[in-house]
Amino acid sequence: METRVLIMQLAYLVSAVLFITGLKRLSHPDTARGGNRLAAIGMLLAIVATLVGEQILTWQWIIGGLLIGTVVGGFMARYVKMTAMPQMVGLFNGFGGLASGLVAAAEFLRYSMGVAGTSEVPVDASISIMLGTLIGAVTFSGSLVAFGKLQGIVTEKAVRYPAQQFLNAVLFLGILAAMAYLVVMTPDAIAASDTGTLNIIYYALWGAAMLLGVLLVIPIGGADMPVVVSLLNSYSGLAASAAGFVLNNNVLIISGALVGASGLILTRIMCKAMNRSLANVIFGSFGQVAGKELIKGEKRTMADVNDVQADDVAMLLAYAKQVVIVPGYGLAVAQAQHKLRELCDNLESRGVNVKYVVHPVAGRMPGHMNVLLAEANVPYNQLYEPEDVNPDIANVDACLVVGANDVVNPAARDEPASDLYGMPIIEVDRAKHTVVMKRSLNPGFAGLDNELFYLRNTMMLFGDAADSIGRILEELKQL
Amino acid sequence: MTGTILISVYVFVLAMFVGFEVITKVPPTLHTPLMSGSNAISGISIVGALVIAGMGQGTLFDIIGMVAVIAATLNVVGGFMVTDRMLQMFRRDTDTN
Repeated sequence: METRVLIMQLAYLVSAVLFITGLKRLSHPDTARGGNRLAAIGMLLAIVATLVGEQILTWQWIIGGLLIGTVVGGFMARYVKMTAMPQMVGLFNGFGGLASGLVAAAEFLRYSMGVAGTSEVPVDASISIMLGTLIGAVTFSGSLVAFGKLQGIVTEKAVRYPAQQFLNAVLFLGILAAMAYLVVMTPDAIAASDTGTLNIIYYALWGAAMLLGVLLVIPIGGADMPVVVSLLNSYSGLAASAAGFVLNNNVLIISGALVGASGLILTRIMCKAMNRSLANVIFGSFGQVAGKELIKGEKRTMADVNDVQADDVAMLLAYAKQVVIVPGYGLAVAQAQHKLRELCDNLESRGVNVKYVVHPVAGRMPGHMNVLLAEANVPYNQLYEPEDVNPDIANVDACLVVGANDVVNPAARDEPASDLYGMPIIEVDRAKHTVVMKRSLNPGFAGLDNELFYLRNTMMLFGDAADSIGRILEELKQL
Repeated sequence: MTGTILISVYVFVLAMFVGFEVITKVPPTLHTPLMSGSNAISGISIVGALVIAGMGQGTLFDIIGMVAVIAATLNVVGGFMVTDRMLQMFRRDTDTN
């Protein structure tokens, strides 16, 4: 092995070690920032090693690409709103998938256009190229659809039509057939210098794989987006691994596998938090029945609701010992995190013990709500998980539910007929008092009514969350 | 199946296990930064993209290479930067006042 190549390979090994160490340090808030930097250094090292170790003949495309990517990526990272984090991560996933897919494409075309100068295409190389193409293209187009849904460009609703699964299956089988054809026919076609058809079929494979990505994500509704974003994260890792198989490059294989594992773990956690299987998320039709009736009989109206004003809530909170806050995505939509933190500071200065309870699916991606609260300066050691709080929730004087709905719906515990049944919830209905802040009685993401709103110990405070919290804060200051 | 691909499969499977071990320990609070950080790592395809963009084999490869470099760089730079931006917001109770 040439010294230059040896040094490059050793540098790749160091990069892989830095990625693993970096991910390990991400497991604690105190070391996480350093861990992220270690991983970034590992990436820089891999880039420099490649530029030094490989035979680079033309520099203009590399420099141009690096400059454009750095400026655009840096700009997006600097200015994206924390509420928009899921769609940005989705978009970045897509770009990662595209890059991996293009690496596979270039390798295929190198053979088919005679640049590689050989008709000896090993079967394992061909299979790697086909897998890299498939995973990369599906990740790219699927992520773009997920981005569109989260950004509101594409409908958030699940798009369904007759024989959907059947058509997807046919498309998938067609893709497998094209891949098999290309693997088998490539060497002969190159030997006969007749690669026109081959290239057309390869381009068609790209088109079909991108279509598959779109069709797989489009039937998934807004409530299930955390699962989809996690899954696409995993795919982007697997795409990088596949590109590593194509290039015979271990650092790609290792990094891709790490990301693939990470995405799979998060996908599993999200599914568990919704008590659904992955198959059910991808193929099921959850909460899509519009205007579902209340499970326990008659339709309720405003008359059944205990509707209160800000001063009542202020009194309740000021004289409570233990207050639990349940933030939902509605809080972020109303941009009320900072006001909420002010409210909690005021309560704490009165000696009230305040805990935030964050449900795993409270935001649009795993851990999203924690980031939004961190942005509002809520210390992370004040954030709890539902299972930390549920056992003692009967002793909580007041629960404040802000912009959350399905994650506090008692039907998930009590009503086997409900779509939510079995999903772990925060059992605020068992607390002494619960205040629900909401714009109206409209059902949540899952489209289901919530029995909680009609319970005797529940108070409803209607209006915009930011306004309501502001008014409670004013009342508190006068007490 | 050649020996090289077999070794690659070994590396892949073992790295998956390392990934599972390391990442299972990440607490829910850090799941979003974990995702954006690991997302940046998946931009490692940049290594392959640089080689294509630099091999000087004609317009088609130049275009594929440059698009791949742009996409991967966006993924890498954006991913690490936004993760850093999020992580600097996380603080403990005792840091204040």
